[in-house]
Amino acid sequence: MVKNLITAVLMTIVTTLILGLVYPLVVTGLAQIMFKDKANGQLIERNGQIIGSRLIGQPFSSPGYFRSRPSAAGAIGYDAGASSGSNLGPTSQKLIDRVRADAEKLQAENPGKPVPIDLVTTSASGLDPHISPAGAEFQVPRVARERGMNENQMRRIVAEFTEGREFGLLGEPRVNVLLLNLKLDEIKPLRK
Amino acid sequence: MTLNGWLQILLFFALVLAVTKPLGVFMARVFNRERTFLDPLLRPIERLIYRLTGVDETREMRWTEYGAAMLSFSAVSMVALYLLQRLQAWLPFNPQNLANIEPSSAFNTAASFTTNTNWQSYLPETTMSYLTQMAGLTVQNFVSAAGGIALAIAFIRGIAQRKKDTLGNFWVDMTRATLWVLLPFCLVGALALVSQGVVQNLKPYDAVTLLDPQGEVKTQTIAQGPVASQEAIKMWGTNGGGFFNANSAHPFENPTPLSNLLEMFAIFAISAGLTYTLGQMTGSPKHGWAVFGAMALLFFVGVSVAYWAEARGNPMLAGTDQAASALQSGGNMEGKEVRFGIANSALFATATTDASCGAVNSMHDSFTPLGGLVPLANIMLGEVVFGGVGAGMYGVLIYVVLAVFIAGLMVGRTPEYLGKKIEAYDVKMAMLTVLIFPMTILIFTAISSVSPAFGTSQLNNSGPHGLSEMLYAFTSGTGNNGSAFAGISANTNWYNSAIGAAMLLGRFFMIIPMLALAGNLGSKKAVPPSLGTFPVTTPLFATLLVSVIVIVGALTFFPVLSLGPIVEHLLMQAGQTF
Repeated sequence: MVKNLITAVLMTIVTTLILGLVYPLVVTGLAQIMFKDKANGQLIERNGQIIGSRLIGQPFSSPGYFRSRPSAAGAIGYDAGASSGSNLGPTSQKLIDRVRADAEKLQAENPGKPVPIDLVTTSASGLDPHISPAGAEFQVPRVARERGMNENQMRRIVAEFTEGREFGLLGEPRVNVLLLNLKLDEIKPLRK
Repeated sequence: MTLNGWLQILLFFALVLAVTKPLGVFMARVFNRERTFLDPLLRPIERLIYRLTGVDETREMRWTEYGAAMLSFSAVSMVALYLLQRLQAWLPFNPQNLANIEPSSAFNTAASFTTNTNWQSYLPETTMSYLTQMAGLTVQNFVSAAGGIALAIAFIRGIAQRKKDTLGNFWVDMTRATLWVLLPFCLVGALALVSQGVVQNLKPYDAVTLLDPQGEVKTQTIAQGPVASQEAIKMWGTNGGGFFNANSAHPFENPTPLSNLLEMFAIFAISAGLTYTLGQMTGSPKHGWAVFGAMALLFFVGVSVAYWAEARGNPMLAGTDQAASALQSGGNMEGKEVRFGIANSALFATATTDASCGAVNSMHDSFTPLGGLVPLANIMLGEVVFGGVGAGMYGVLIYVVLAVFIAGLMVGRTPEYLGKKIEAYDVKMAMLTVLIFPMTILIFTAISSVSPAFGTSQLNNSGPHGLSEMLYAFTSGTGNNGSAFAGISANTNWYNSAIGAAMLLGRFFMIIPMLALAGNLGSKKAVPPSLGTFPVTTPLFATLLVSVIVIVGALTFFPVLSLGPIVEHLLMQAGQTF
């Protein structure tokens, strides 16, 4: 028994060194050499300022931007230092009220059309960078109007930023909201 | 439900099926200590480890010593992990200057990670330093999984061997499971994940200037860290503890549909392989496939129900479009990511609870009642559908012993299992594990549900869903799963202590009788099969095994399930909210 305890202590030290330091540091080294951009979060820089990550969603409220999904991460959403879902259950009054309020607001800009479900539901991480193509199409009239562009031109840009399923099979079609909005700013900046 | 969704589910299963035999053969070689292609590289490291730790690799252990070695290692690991959390503020690799973890949370986390549960009552990105994540959590991810594999192998040896009272050497089995099985997969797996966008760095969190400032809020903090190295073992070791709070839903843990497929594959691969190892080591490959078949059946039932329920969506969300189309996956998208949609969320939730993984790529708490019932029921059945690495194997073998016993009773003969007579002692040990599990879950849930002060006050949802949150927490803890109906605020003294205790009970009170059973089986002589022997290689056996698993689970848990998810489903259909 005592011998087992001594072995256990020594084994804990050895495994901590191998698996807790050597292994993660080797992976860090290799990752930084082989996939430098990806290992550091695919940050987007502009004029020496980090303005986002290609993988992390941002909140948008100005009507001239495509909006991201609602988010439960942090106080105002999209806090990538505090990822979280809403964890509201399907029969939660809070959930029903929130969805109804959001849906009514969105329907005002697109009367009579049911709102694509992803636009009124929070994601699991609270950082979802994507909306569905349906969610983008729903917002096309508003954003085009606000930017003084025609809708078909806007649809072409959205299509350009729509990713299909990987290998035509995996996952779901999606639109990266931040990248799309950055592109819009590039083509036709918002008057501020 | 869509054709594409089903194709993705079938592709996932086909991948698992394809590796079952090669992996199973490989693991049998590793634990029989035969040569493998990795030996030239790994044997020197293995010998060095034994020299440093004073392990005699030729020494065989009886079940009592095997268990004692495992328990002492778990105990020391737990203390080490506790101390690391309590001291992290003064240690290196802490660029965010995070404080020491307070005692009840540190205890809970230490219990959680040494038992392969990886229940997380803490918010990782705001509490755990990079050192704690690497040298504490990542290490336990490895060794708790390796310990599980070791125990499964010991059990298989008990079945396979004749009149021998030792089961192998715990230290050797654990070391070989780490070096030959887990580490190679994780090295390759971690880099594959980085190639998809999983981050791996040691830098401080980034501050981002928002493109569209939200009132006072003009910046976004982006948490970073050595994620991929932990992510790989989190999946391969069926651990499931996220580097970030959102776990595999976080874009830095699981950025693409391909990374998602790799992660789900890693959950099942080793456990599926172990079914073939079972067949190989007991000299009855068909028996291994029969067990695999039973597991596959339960997997498909689970994923079908979950996918169907989530794709139907939530009837109470008026004014929304939840229909699947070429432009959206539709369905119940609350708590799900667009890139995964419904099919991959339902599949991940099923796989992670079939196995004792507990990683999530969607929030189970926000699933529809029947969709959420699937993960809950999967854990309640003992996580024996492929199951946790090792834990799933010894879990299902307990049910195999019961199935054989019941079949013996039905035909009126002494039950035999692969030439071993199953006698009173064996059935008692099997029943002990079957009973301790629901007792722990139900008693703790009952206490919580009648305690407004410390139990129900921590819930995020009320009505039947609130009961489900508590029930899920203790089921996940006792089953060493680690996923959650995460709305519950479990970082309190009561939940930290009670779930901590549940995790320890669920791990060690399962293991001790299981080892006793293995030791007893191993010392028996073999009886030649006769006409009365119930064959364990047929579809009939697989069906019987499934029936035993389902009947035991249903008898113990149906009453409480009917008060939680089942009644919630009926109320949701009637438009009742809480």
